[in-house]
Amino acid sequence: MNTVSCPECSAEITLQDNTVVGEIIVCPDCGVDLEVKSLNPASVDLAPMEQEDWGE
Amino acid sequence: MQKRLRIGVLYSRVRVEEKWIFGAMEKRGIDYERLDDRAISFDLENPAPWLEFDAVLERSISYTSGLYALRLLNAFGIPTVNTAAVAEACGDKVTTSALLAKAGLPQPRNMVAFTPESALEAIERFGYPVVLKPAVGSWGRLLAKVNDRDAAEAVLEHKSTLGSVQHSVFYIQEFIKKPGRDIRAIIVGDRVLTAIYRKSEHWITNTARGGEGELCPITPEIESLCLNAAAAMGGGVLAVDLVEHPERGLLVNEVNHTMEFHTAQPISGVDIADEIVNYVIRAAKAKQEQA
Repeated sequence: MNTVSCPECSAEITLQDNTVVGEIIVCPDCGVDLEVKSLNPASVDLAPMEQEDWGE
Repeated sequence: MQKRLRIGVLYSRVRVEEKWIFGAMEKRGIDYERLDDRAISFDLENPAPWLEFDAVLERSISYTSGLYALRLLNAFGIPTVNTAAVAEACGDKVTTSALLAKAGLPQPRNMVAFTPESALEAIERFGYPVVLKPAVGSWGRLLAKVNDRDAAEAVLEHKSTLGSVQHSVFYIQEFIKKPGRDIRAIIVGDRVLTAIYRKSEHWITNTARGGEGELCPITPEIESLCLNAAAAMGGGVLAVDLVEHPERGLLVNEVNHTMEFHTAQPISGVDIADEIVNYVIRAAKAKQEQA
């Protein structure tokens, strides 16, 4: 089971089964973007902010 | 017997597109490696670790990281999707417009200037409203619809003072009264896989800015224009954005080389991710056959 704590608001978040490392999830409580850094054990960090050269 | 293909996928974060691409790779049993562009480095004297890849698919979220990686990989002789030349053609709107003009393809009126004064002169000669866009940018960021001289003076001064040097390349485009939408077409190789309308009340129709997708029928005109635009960039896996001008009809607005398709794939039912993977495999095999 993969549960993490939001670094911003401490909400407990359960990661879905198909979560992969490098994915962005949104904290259901405070809405911040989090990046999945590892699984088993699961850990998240605040996701990097959008840069000027990001996109397609 | 040929050795088993080994594919690299350069990425920054795993968006839904990357999940689909990894899934398609796994379904096809491809030996692939996920390359985090924040973790890799290149030793130019030692390309060996990179030469194990028969092809690399570039899915970086950063235009800069992706482009530099492609340049290095292509210099090492590794086939990439897309190539560095195509990334350069698509990533800078001035370059894109120049190539479209060279190919004689219809596009909005575009002007370029390098100082606020010369940009203002060009705008005043052309007439209002105009749209100012960064030469390099995406997701509808930093677009300005400029309706009069006061606004032009302000935006030009802000860009040149607050922006990096690149923001002093003023890319000025006519404002087009679109019918509440634009068109995004997905091209893989010599096929237009699907197209969607991106509808919005706002003049900026990117889905990143709230534009909603709806399937767009691929008419012979859309198909021909998109394939020509893709060819003008050098071809590959590309998203061509078209606008419908009320008098001049379909115009090519821009071409994207690391396209997102999280709206187009579910709306169209086309497995775009699998088509991309297939294209990468063909590029890898073509290189293998040369060796």
